[in-house]
Amino acid sequence: MDAIFLQILNGLDKGGAYALIALGLTLVFGTLGVVNFAHGALFMLGAFCAVTLQKILTISQKVRDESITFFEAYKEQPYLEIWFGDFGTKIIDWSVPISILLAIPIMLLIGLAMERGLIRHFYKRPHADQILVTFGLAIVLQEIIRSFFGANPIPTPAPDIVAGSAQIGVLLGLGESVVYPWWRIIYLLFSGLVIFLVFAFLQFTTFGMVVRAGMHDRETVGLLGIDVEHKFTIVFGIGAVVAGLAGVMYAPILPPDYHMGMDFLVLSFVVVVVGGMGSLGGAVAAGFLLGLLQSFASMNEIKAILPGIDQIIIYLVAVVIILVRPRGLMGRKGVMED
Amino acid sequence: MSDNKSKTSELSRRGFIKVGAAALTAASMPMFFVKDAWAAKDFRNNPGTAGSVKFGFNVPQSGAYADEGADELRAYKLAVEHINGVGDGGMLNTMKPLSLKGNGILGKKVEFVTGDTQTKSDAARASAKRMIEKDGVIMVTGGSSSGVAVAVQGLCQEMGIIFMAGLTHSNDTTGKDKRRYGFRHFFNAYMSGAALGPVLKKEMGTERKAYHLTADYTWGWTQEESIKNTTEGLGWKTTATVKTPVGAGDFSQYITPVLNSGADVLILNHYGKDMINSLTQAVQFGLRDKQVNGKNFEIIVPLFSRLMAQGAGENIKGILGTTNWNWALEDEGSKAFVKSFGAKYGQPPSMAAHTTYVQALLYANACEAAGSFYPPEVIKQLEGFKFDGMGNGPTEYRAEDHQCFKDVLVVRGNDKPTSQFDLLKVEQVVPRSQVEYDAKIFGGELGPYEV
Repeated sequence: MDAIFLQILNGLDKGGAYALIALGLTLVFGTLGVVNFAHGALFMLGAFCAVTLQKILTISQKVRDESITFFEAYKEQPYLEIWFGDFGTKIIDWSVPISILLAIPIMLLIGLAMERGLIRHFYKRPHADQILVTFGLAIVLQEIIRSFFGANPIPTPAPDIVAGSAQIGVLLGLGESVVYPWWRIIYLLFSGLVIFLVFAFLQFTTFGMVVRAGMHDRETVGLLGIDVEHKFTIVFGIGAVVAGLAGVMYAPILPPDYHMGMDFLVLSFVVVVVGGMGSLGGAVAAGFLLGLLQSFASMNEIKAILPGIDQIIIYLVAVVIILVRPRGLMGRKGVMED
Repeated sequence: MSDNKSKTSELSRRGFIKVGAAALTAASMPMFFVKDAWAAKDFRNNPGTAGSVKFGFNVPQSGAYADEGADELRAYKLAVEHINGVGDGGMLNTMKPLSLKGNGILGKKVEFVTGDTQTKSDAARASAKRMIEKDGVIMVTGGSSSGVAVAVQGLCQEMGIIFMAGLTHSNDTTGKDKRRYGFRHFFNAYMSGAALGPVLKKEMGTERKAYHLTADYTWGWTQEESIKNTTEGLGWKTTATVKTPVGAGDFSQYITPVLNSGADVLILNHYGKDMINSLTQAVQFGLRDKQVNGKNFEIIVPLFSRLMAQGAGENIKGILGTTNWNWALEDEGSKAFVKSFGAKYGQPPSMAAHTTYVQALLYANACEAAGSFYPPEVIKQLEGFKFDGMGNGPTEYRAEDHQCFKDVLVVRGNDKPTSQFDLLKVEQVVPRSQVEYDAKIFGGELGPYEV
């Protein structure tokens, strides 16, 4: 029972990340009709917002390290600690949550620049061209990050206060072995909040209403005198912010490196396809479903019966769903069918 | 006199061929003793009378191990400088026995070309092939993965070019996949297990339950097997051995089953990015604060490197593992190398840099000693070569499997680092005798000298 509970929690937590990334991807696809292979790179850039802020906050005074005599080495003490003492240390400790504030405007700007500067020139081009150009862009972005930050993962820890794990087993009357990292619980709640905010924004604001209308029938909305293209550019920016926030919050879970976007890219496309192209609800549902399946498939009891199932489960489910429901779980008729 | 004459006349008819053969043999005898006598024999990429000779440095310049690759390349460039007599000479000042004279190899300057393995076997083979066929390299060296090492080693055997392996820790490299043209200075998974065993017994006792998470490829499998054999030899039980895909990123779904498995030790047979991620996540799941079976839960990372320790940050503190070499060693060879490397690059070398630097020097020295670049002669020089002054104490390139045998370091993530580089603390230098094994246990065939 404890094991199953832990895997459910793990699946939801994984699903939260998948849903968040797929949500931005499907938002862009549903509005602009663009298959954005650079979406994983946006996730990675979000994580590097956290890394960058951490680097800025830990800009240090270099003092000759006398313990190393073979060559000139330097010890580093962050200026923040020199100037503000313990308060400075606290600010550095909280760099990941603080970087959310940095990531929102930066990711919005990156999203807008990407859409205006490059992607809008490909709206009328075939999907293959869109895939090629966005994939190329993703490679360029990740190589830029590699040249600045190197190839190795960079530890970006969560604040000390949430670095450990929560004794949820004791709280819920389960065994003592049921513990779960605080930060992952926060991530799950955070992804739920962001998903809720995106849906609320689309559902309860005039802007959202126009966007939804545009997703259904772009031409008619345009004929009503609404500048749909302008609205969709902002939607692209919002998609970038959602991916970026998913990346920022993921940094303490997975030390960021330049390649992390590519690792999530294929997975997030599978989530979108399983959920149904262009369906926001489908993306969220598929994200959680695949997260749970992947988690359960990794249990030793399951692997004993079906060795290697943990590595193929997502793709296996995708094949089955596409065979049974070719438009995905919640796909609409006419999307990607021209 | 007349007797002699008649005897000669008898032999001249019957023994003409014998005398001729004897004369030919006698004429060819000096060939065995004269340097460069075999130079006349042609072989692939024979430098002949050229004034220079080219090495091929095949390292990961992109992908997950690009930082290791960059450090390997730094070390190779330093090695080339030292072989050519530029700079302070580094380990050439401490290496014994030394044939190199600081003027290149056999009077020829060393040049180099580089290739990118991308940490992929097919890319590494293609890159090595290009260097051999197009650039005309006399030797290929480098790499940061056992999959790559085994693939490139096989290619080099086929093409008759010596391969001096870089960072490869699988038993297979000098075990079932060993090749006559392949040589490994780096230690292996068996040695890690043998070195760790006594330390684990002392620190954790004989009644433990171990849970393995293992990278699903040749290196992971052999390390799991070696460590499992060692711990079960101590009396430990193995609760589970779980294979994880390489580059899994999020290992949480593999870590949650550990929590209530009854195991009190987690052994991470992961390297590089995988190890950084799995260790970080295991610590986040509170495994290090856990008590199981009345004991503190422990995590072991059998293969460590300083670059990995950097990525794992705080999480590495107190964790036990093994390493091939550490820059803080106090022997003369290590000090000379760290001094040269630090002066040139402003940072100490990693263990990947050390092993590749030593490999380049060993190959160059073998050619100088053989008096030739002819691969079979160079191979014979390296086989059984005993040397010292290169950072690991007295070392031998065992002839049977081309594996270097030397002391192994048991290290621990440093709780109180005195500098940004002081991430690993050497707990014990395990003597060579403790990690030695019979070459036959891993099987494999070296193959022929002549290809």
